[in-house]
Amino acid sequence: MLERAPKTIADRRARLWIVVLAAVLLALFLVSFVLGRYDVPIWQVVRILLSRVVPLTQTWTGNMEIAVLNLRLPRILLACLVGCALSTAGTAYQSVFRNPMAAPDILGASSGACFGAALAILLGLGRGGVTALAFAASLVTVALVYIIARRIRGNQVVNLLLSGIMISSLFSAGTSYIKLVADPTNQLPAITYWLMGSLSGTRMQDVAFALLPMAAGLIPLLLLRWRINLLTLDEEEARSMGVNATALRLVVILCATVLTAASVSVSGMIGWVGLVIPHFSRKLVGNDCRRLLPAAMLLGAIFLLLVDNVSRNLLAVEIPIGILTAFIGAPFFIYLMTRKEHVL
Amino acid sequence: MSLSVENLSFSYGQHAVLRDVTFAVEQGELLSVLGPNGVGKTTLFRCVLGTLTPRSGQITIDGLDLTAMPPRERARRIAYIPQIHPPTFGYTVLDTVLMGTSRQINAFRQPKAAQVRQAEEALEQVGAAHLRERNFAHLSGGEQQLVLIARALAQQAQVLMMDEPTSALDYGNQLRILQMVKRLAARGYTVILSTHNPQHALAFADRLLVLHDGTAAAVGKPPQVLTPALMETLYGVTVDFLDTASGPVLVPRVEGGGA
Repeated sequence: MLERAPKTIADRRARLWIVVLAAVLLALFLVSFVLGRYDVPIWQVVRILLSRVVPLTQTWTGNMEIAVLNLRLPRILLACLVGCALSTAGTAYQSVFRNPMAAPDILGASSGACFGAALAILLGLGRGGVTALAFAASLVTVALVYIIARRIRGNQVVNLLLSGIMISSLFSAGTSYIKLVADPTNQLPAITYWLMGSLSGTRMQDVAFALLPMAAGLIPLLLLRWRINLLTLDEEEARSMGVNATALRLVVILCATVLTAASVSVSGMIGWVGLVIPHFSRKLVGNDCRRLLPAAMLLGAIFLLLVDNVSRNLLAVEIPIGILTAFIGAPFFIYLMTRKEHVL
Repeated sequence: MSLSVENLSFSYGQHAVLRDVTFAVEQGELLSVLGPNGVGKTTLFRCVLGTLTPRSGQITIDGLDLTAMPPRERARRIAYIPQIHPPTFGYTVLDTVLMGTSRQINAFRQPKAAQVRQAEEALEQVGAAHLRERNFAHLSGGEQQLVLIARALAQQAQVLMMDEPTSALDYGNQLRILQMVKRLAARGYTVILSTHNPQHALAFADRLLVLHDGTAAAVGKPPQVLTPALMETLYGVTVDFLDTASGPVLVPRVEGGGA
């Protein structure tokens, strides 16, 4: 019984892509430390990073170490984590809603987080408070959406979608109201900037805050990755195979929501990753989540790290990453959609 | 495995859909369910598959109460073959058939070699092994229906329930699918198949259940059950029965003379 499944063409193709993506991510990860106003040669980057694990004689300056470990490392790690989390959440939501157009904000996780963050800024809470309240508000929003959907009769998937739209717009209105009453000299710009989404000024505490919920969301989804496929079948079909679709859907929604909440609460609104990356990953390795989920995780990390590098290096003034993902994501998606051989 | 339904009733609120439906299918038999649109065929299927809970009555499989069975246990005994419909996400044929093995696999695990072998055997049984690596979404209607049958076989249940498997297919594929189903019954599967075509019931079914107004209007051997009078009651159309060497043939009476 422990015999491994024989490999099909799809398996081999997917494995090749996973190896390629992992290699690209590793290379990009190292190169990202070199980028920035303070020059650190790449071999020094490797030595500094390794010195944390194995004892090495110091061949680098103290400033190099500060640039690599205190400034760049947290931000690079967070870009990878957020990209990976949003991409995974998008993939999971797409299966739940049997719709390739579903994105991480479909159940209001993002609009809830934005409301929480805006409220925290209005109340004058510090950075940690903003993150915590955004995270909590995001979870509460999705819980509300789920409870309301369960109270409506009929198709659960449609009910979730509808109640997601309603609750989302409610929280968006709440955010708008907070912007209206916020102090226009300091609070309003802070809210606006937060909503744009940015990784600037990331500290190790942010990475630590995001790490636990992200692991809590990613690990179950990875383990369930074959089961998730069954959610894309009709309720009746899944049930006739002995699968409890309602329970499975709840677990997948829960994990995807925690991933989204953790991402948005540390980085603000970063759109497009959760839509474009799963879609692109489907092109590479197909729709089976056994292969799709790992590929989407890697590609999400690569994409966001790449965009964040552009964000912090392109101009003297940093461009918020939320704006850049849309600038890059939207045209790219249009290109994909209009290609002749487009098949979902 | 034999399936028996006794005095099954179901209603949506005040509206009674099924009333006192009773029938049985023996192992190796092909039962056709015939009846006009909205007569309760789908409701009957859903009750047997456990998506709906009957208001009263009994559904048993080899004497075991099906309504009290957990989904996983039920899936060991009954497999469902839906009508083909465009899938949201196309999986490869092998991956599609593999889904049928899900009752054997813990939710947190992946299918292993044993499951892949079952899926491959199921594909061979329906003669679709050559489609293994193809994308399900890119197959023709007939091929898709074959793959869905293979998926049900991979589930390794002895009772197969098919909901109008031929309605989306062309004439040739309709007959090929029905011949395939007939062969499965001959191999010992118990098959329940709903259809819109009385001629198919005559040609392929061992037993016929006719639903009318939510009740079992007739149960028995198709040639004995199907009569011009019954066709008139069911569908409100006049049909002639011609006796031929290969059994009765239904000929619709065409107004204005016909051919």
